[in-house]
Amino acid sequence: MIESFVQSVNQVSRYIIPLLLVGIPFYGLIFKKVKVYEAFVVGAKDGFTIAIRIIPYLVAILVAIGMFRASGTLDLLLNFLSPVLTFIGFPPENLPLALMRPLSGSGSLGLLTDLINQHGPDSLIAKIGATMFGSTETTFYVLAVYFGSVGIRKTRHALVAGLFADAVGVFSAVYICRFFFG
Amino acid sequence: MLNYIWFGMMFAGVVVGIFTGNIDAVTEAAIDMAKVAVNLAIGLIGIMALWLGIMKIAEESGLIRLIAKGLRPITIRLFPDVPEDHPAIGSIVLNMSANILGLGNAATPLGLKAMEELQEINPDKDTATNAMCTFLAINTSSVQLILPATVVALMGATSSQIFITTIFATGMSTIAAITAVKFLEKRKQFIMHSGGSS
Repeated sequence: MIESFVQSVNQVSRYIIPLLLVGIPFYGLIFKKVKVYEAFVVGAKDGFTIAIRIIPYLVAILVAIGMFRASGTLDLLLNFLSPVLTFIGFPPENLPLALMRPLSGSGSLGLLTDLINQHGPDSLIAKIGATMFGSTETTFYVLAVYFGSVGIRKTRHALVAGLFADAVGVFSAVYICRFFFG
Repeated sequence: MLNYIWFGMMFAGVVVGIFTGNIDAVTEAAIDMAKVAVNLAIGLIGIMALWLGIMKIAEESGLIRLIAKGLRPITIRLFPDVPEDHPAIGSIVLNMSANILGLGNAATPLGLKAMEELQEINPDKDTATNAMCTFLAINTSSVQLILPATVVALMGATSSQIFITTIFATGMSTIAAITAVKFLEKRKQFIMHSGGSS
């Protein structure tokens, strides 16, 4: 039953974007007499300025993340933390993914692919990994892009809250999967 | 906070890189990522233009105001500082809907539109407002109902099993995000210093 539900949800999602692309201009043109072509062009013009405006923020964040990743600091952390993790029931195999996830989308997808290939999609480790991946976000990237687009430099509590949410997502993924599949 | 983490990542990168002999890789990563950042931003232009154009139509036809009004009971609790039926609420709601439906590349332009509108009512243009931090925390906690297509592709038949666990974990992280943000925004070290309200 769950399987067919997931299937149909994924089927529906195929139609959402085309329906929005045609539904919104339809509503504007037919019901509200909006000059849809002209409005579109005016709105679209901002795409360029916003994309250019986020460049310095993206460079700052991505360079720092790249240096951190390339240095092997994550492996060091892993050696250091794995006894503690085993003790609290957190599979050490899942730690690199958990640490990578807020930093890099492509990096964490690579790690997830590797976990699934090594342990098989039916393993607890793969299920925990996939759940982690789906329930957390690339926090640093999102903050850089969103704040960068409006020129905000003082981000106050946004980063702490985002990372806290990621941590809760990661631990929830571990314990929920252990409960369901362990 | 971001100042220390940003510096800390580069510092750790260089120090550990020297000890592990990965220093060449660190240098290369710094130069590569600078290029990647620019390519990412340039790659956003087209998709941003598309969605911002569609959003403009939605705005001029009053659709956004309508959506904002309908969800006011929820949004007023999350964003008490944003005035009633301000366009930002409409964009926030649309961004979250796109996120829930897993429409990643529609979500970003909608979210950036929301940030622009929140910035209009920001008294201190350098500093994030409470509403911005709440919005971003919810965003980074990933509110997703549909599994990422990449995960479905990788997990195959098992993906229906992790559908439920992902919703649970995502729900937990979103609750955590909202709780953290509401708790932290009143703390001394994070409170806003200008605008007279603090």
